[in-house]
Amino acid sequence: MRVTFTVNGEQVSADDVWAGESLLYVLRERLGLPGSKNACEQGECGSCTVYLDGVTACSCMVAAGQAEGCEVRTVEGLADNRGEGDEKRLGTVQEAFVEMGAVQCGFCTPGLLVQTDDLISRTVGAGRGVPEDAEIREALAGNLCRCTGYEKIIDAVRVAAERESAKAGGAA
Amino acid sequence: MDFLRPSTLEEALAAKSAHPDAVPIMGGTDVMVELNFDKHRPGALIDLTRVPELARWGPDGDGVRLGAGVPYTRIIAELGEHAPALAQASRSVASPQIRNRGTVGGNLGGASPAGESHPVLLATDAEVELASVRGTRRVPAREFYLGLRRTARQDDELITAVLLPRPAGPQHFSKIGTRNAMVIAVANFSLALDADKRTVGTGLGSVAPTPIRAEEAEEFLAGEFDWDGGAVLDEAVVRRFGELVSSVARPIDDQRGSADYRRHAVGVMARRALSWSVTDYRKSLQDPRGDARCA
Repeated sequence: MRVTFTVNGEQVSADDVWAGESLLYVLRERLGLPGSKNACEQGECGSCTVYLDGVTACSCMVAAGQAEGCEVRTVEGLADNRGEGDEKRLGTVQEAFVEMGAVQCGFCTPGLLVQTDDLISRTVGAGRGVPEDAEIREALAGNLCRCTGYEKIIDAVRVAAERESAKAGGAA
Repeated sequence: MDFLRPSTLEEALAAKSAHPDAVPIMGGTDVMVELNFDKHRPGALIDLTRVPELARWGPDGDGVRLGAGVPYTRIIAELGEHAPALAQASRSVASPQIRNRGTVGGNLGGASPAGESHPVLLATDAEVELASVRGTRRVPAREFYLGLRRTARQDDELITAVLLPRPAGPQHFSKIGTRNAMVIAVANFSLALDADKRTVGTGLGSVAPTPIRAEEAEEFLAGEFDWDGGAVLDEAVVRRFGELVSSVARPIDDQRGSADYRRHAVGVMARRALSWSVTDYRKSLQDPRGDARCA
């Protein structure tokens, strides 16, 4: 079957999609977007996390046909066009992960970035201020990292949330 | 394999009737695991995410009718007052990404003995709404689970909703696993007190081939509970309640836990749920208009 949906603002189509194929497979193998990682294929690890119509989901657990007509945003869509011309600049969450050393092998990073971006938009973005550690840990409970021990990841989330809060001029 | 995309309930029921072996898919959190690992390849998938009725909830008589496709995240955010134990159970499901997609309908369709919804539906005496081209019927959750992953649903039926009675007393849910997130329950338990009918409901998960009730424990507690004064229960009564709950468990040893551990754990969870419920009940008596159960 043919599946048509929007990825990072652009309409895309994939042909000959098998009925049981996952959205993750279509993104990586048919649309050339390998940012979302394929690890467990059972929703355990969170490395394939994407936004599906504004809500985060493990793309390995979405049948590609279910994405028909939907809006998908992947880790590739977190960078924005703040640079000169077409130059993409890293988003706040991505910059914070780099600066705080929250990346080692990098395999879990795309999923953590998307899930963190969502946490910040649901907290700071909704005027609720910077999330407490308990809320950060709960939000990232479905993203496994085998390298870092999570401390630097949590540091990066805190830094990103604080910067977004400062940008919004909000009292955290 | 076909991928069917009905956009109305009528179309969905017609599709299920025409393809009784088709597997409905909503959040995909169970169905896609089977497909990704090629454990099961059905003749067709019926995508139910486009059927608007399934993603709604609203009042139904005194209680609430919860569409089978409302994800756990929305149950947590929207149903804490109408279905406190179901909201608690929803909070314990997997991870945020899974709760954004997973549904009670899917939990009932898969009917894993470890599913988080089942103990609550049993304890609160909820009903399961089943629909087909032949019509719609409501089956009490207490009659829904027939055997290991076998339910009262017929091949041409879709699970369309659950009917949740209005809470008439404290409700609790408890779950044991090796960590807080991403855990298939080693055992889980739900307790619901009905102060109007003066009855007790229980539900036990992961301790038998199906979710089960502890009926003797329910009757025992309904007789011992101080419905008028909410007096703190004697330790012997609490202990006996836990023993009666444990006694109905028929668990197995597996990689998640031993049968002995599960039998013990479900009794401990029953005693804890009882003590939380007594505390809630006493609060509601002291401040009936504050309505502790809606806190």
